[in-house]
Amino acid sequence: MAYRTHLMICTGTACVSCGSFDIKKGLEQEIRKHKLEKEILVVTTGCQGFCAQGPVMVVQPDEIFYQKLSTDDIPELVEEHLLKGRPVKRLMFTPPGGEKPVPNINEIGFFQKQRLIALRNKGLIDPEKIDDYIGRDGYKAIAKVLSTMTPEDVIKEIKTSGLRGRGGGGFSTGLKWEICSKAEGNPKYIICNADEGDPGAYMDRSIVESDPHSVIEGMLIGAKAIGANQGYVYIRTEYPLAISRLELAINQAREYGLLGKDVLGQGLDFDIEIKQGAGAFVCGEETSLIHSIEGVSPEPRQRPPFPAQSGLWGKPTNINNVETWANVPRIILRGADWFAGIGTEKSKGTKVFSLVGKINNTGLVEVPMGITLREIIYDIGGGIPGGKAFKGVQIGGPSGGVVPGSLLDLPVDYERLAEVGSMMGSGGMVVTDEDTCMVDIARYFLEFTNDESCGKCTSCRDGSAAMLETLKRISDGNGQENDIEFLEELGMAIKDASQCGLGQTLPNPVLSTIKHFRDEYEAHIKEKKCPAHVCKALISYSIDSEKCTGCTLCSRKCPVNAITGEVKSPHVIDQTLCIKCGVCSDVCKFDAVLIKTGKT
Amino acid sequence: MKKLNIEDLEKISQKVKKANRLRSGSARAKITVHMGTCGIAAGARNIMNVLLNKMEENESGEIILTTSGCAGFCSREPMVTVELKGNPPVKYVDLTEEKIEKIFSKHVQKGEIVTEYALAIGSEREP
Repeated sequence: MAYRTHLMICTGTACVSCGSFDIKKGLEQEIRKHKLEKEILVVTTGCQGFCAQGPVMVVQPDEIFYQKLSTDDIPELVEEHLLKGRPVKRLMFTPPGGEKPVPNINEIGFFQKQRLIALRNKGLIDPEKIDDYIGRDGYKAIAKVLSTMTPEDVIKEIKTSGLRGRGGGGFSTGLKWEICSKAEGNPKYIICNADEGDPGAYMDRSIVESDPHSVIEGMLIGAKAIGANQGYVYIRTEYPLAISRLELAINQAREYGLLGKDVLGQGLDFDIEIKQGAGAFVCGEETSLIHSIEGVSPEPRQRPPFPAQSGLWGKPTNINNVETWANVPRIILRGADWFAGIGTEKSKGTKVFSLVGKINNTGLVEVPMGITLREIIYDIGGGIPGGKAFKGVQIGGPSGGVVPGSLLDLPVDYERLAEVGSMMGSGGMVVTDEDTCMVDIARYFLEFTNDESCGKCTSCRDGSAAMLETLKRISDGNGQENDIEFLEELGMAIKDASQCGLGQTLPNPVLSTIKHFRDEYEAHIKEKKCPAHVCKALISYSIDSEKCTGCTLCSRKCPVNAITGEVKSPHVIDQTLCIKCGVCSDVCKFDAVLIKTGKT
Repeated sequence: MKKLNIEDLEKISQKVKKANRLRSGSARAKITVHMGTCGIAAGARNIMNVLLNKMEENESGEIILTTSGCAGFCSREPMVTVELKGNPPVKYVDLTEEKIEKIFSKHVQKGEIVTEYALAIGSEREP
């Protein structure tokens, strides 16, 4: 049956949580009502990336992008656009600061600057239909590998492409495969690391949810190259939609003979099993992950030997992360030189980032390596909400560091980020603005890593606790001279003495904020000031008696009844009762609430 | 279910590519049926149905069919615009089922403009 229109409705986790399945149901009902069901098909796609605007939908072939849909919009949308051919302006996206809505998806800044490799099927396929994937040249790369390439050819191709691990380490994928393929021991295993744990990062979840077959195909290619017959996807149990779509995809691939014995009749035996992790952050570390699959306590172990020599059950094992696997089929199909032509000297291809925090266009973006932070934050991200000043961006989650606003023109690749004390990590980008306190950010990440430390190494377990305690003291106004030097020294010691990546990188958020925002730490310690007005112990709220009109709004909204005053006369905040929640400041229409910091 | 070999895979790929071509927004030919109130009243639905049947018979997947609002020339409805890749769009007016069939087989399939039904070549420009 030929349809004239496909409605591509996003069913990634973010849009699903905003009700995209209700939209789908409503659309189908309304389409039947107008007897258009033979002309118009509703397709559920994976994450389309523009998560802040969800639920989103693209009408093809018209390329019209609709956003923030609600079930109430459906009758108008179907009658106007689908029946009468008049796209509904009201439901289109208007860029921040812009006046006119932009109808065409390809003309929206958020989508324009992206370059899709790992997310190549974004919004174009139904992740629950293997045929949709095949129709986008899916499984063509494994067919090419099995019919025309030797394992050595495959490894050479991946090495030449320059692909590096997208999970954080940035190690050459081809080299990793080569080491494992040459390692002695049988059987060999391959693992997909889908234990994404960084706060604010959801690239891997999206790929598994939106295009599970791209990961399966990548693993098949890896299996042929390395000589493995069994693979595992280690995924956190908190990703239910990703798990169910991956299970479905594995079953479909088995039915088609793309997994199992004699894949495509070409002699490769390979199958995949899903292992669910219970959400411990340390399981993202490869030796801990292997322990978890084996059913023992997920603690890291000393390397070497590396998993490539002795991994799962003591056998040679190759681990790559989701995004890395998803890149592989495309490299095989389009060639190493094509891939190596994208990016910078040592960082090839693209990287997927989740753009969150103080940013207008929250979402998932894939950009070529070497793009500047400015392009990501302003051209794609649409800048900072409310016209506030950009302060910095935390890249790489709790293992990474803050890149300050002064480095906006920094090209983003593995080397440049490391040089400024941050790291690529798995690709979480938390944007901060003038209202963000850097001591507070560092404290937040240390709370996370201190909580998630497995406790095996003293340096990580007790070191993170000591750093956290110091940071808390500083933000409570009890910072002492030498605290900064102490944090720096302890941080370096933790990096040196910890066994795995968790401990080796946990001081980074502290060290990088000290490096770039030392004055903020000093203000907290010496002047007992929080310049961003965040640390509650260091700020106080009061009312400007000249500006206050006595409208009583703040006193009615105050949750602890700390504000008193007669109608039409200035109000007063009782400092002994005030919990510094900021509600008075948020509701005041006359800018009469003052926030003070420092010794008064 | 039968396990696939490489040829089977290619067959599925070609079939799905055709069915889903409209998702990628590029095709050899694009037909726009003007479906304003005037168009619908003058019989644009019929024109649309004929085109949908034609599309199915041909199944090339090389043609995309879409709708738009009133083209501003209500007395000459039903109207369609045919745009072949790399060529300016052609507007046809006063259409009937017979006329649209001829336009489909001549212009859309063979690239020969049916001048006797055509109103104009090209589009109005934005000021």
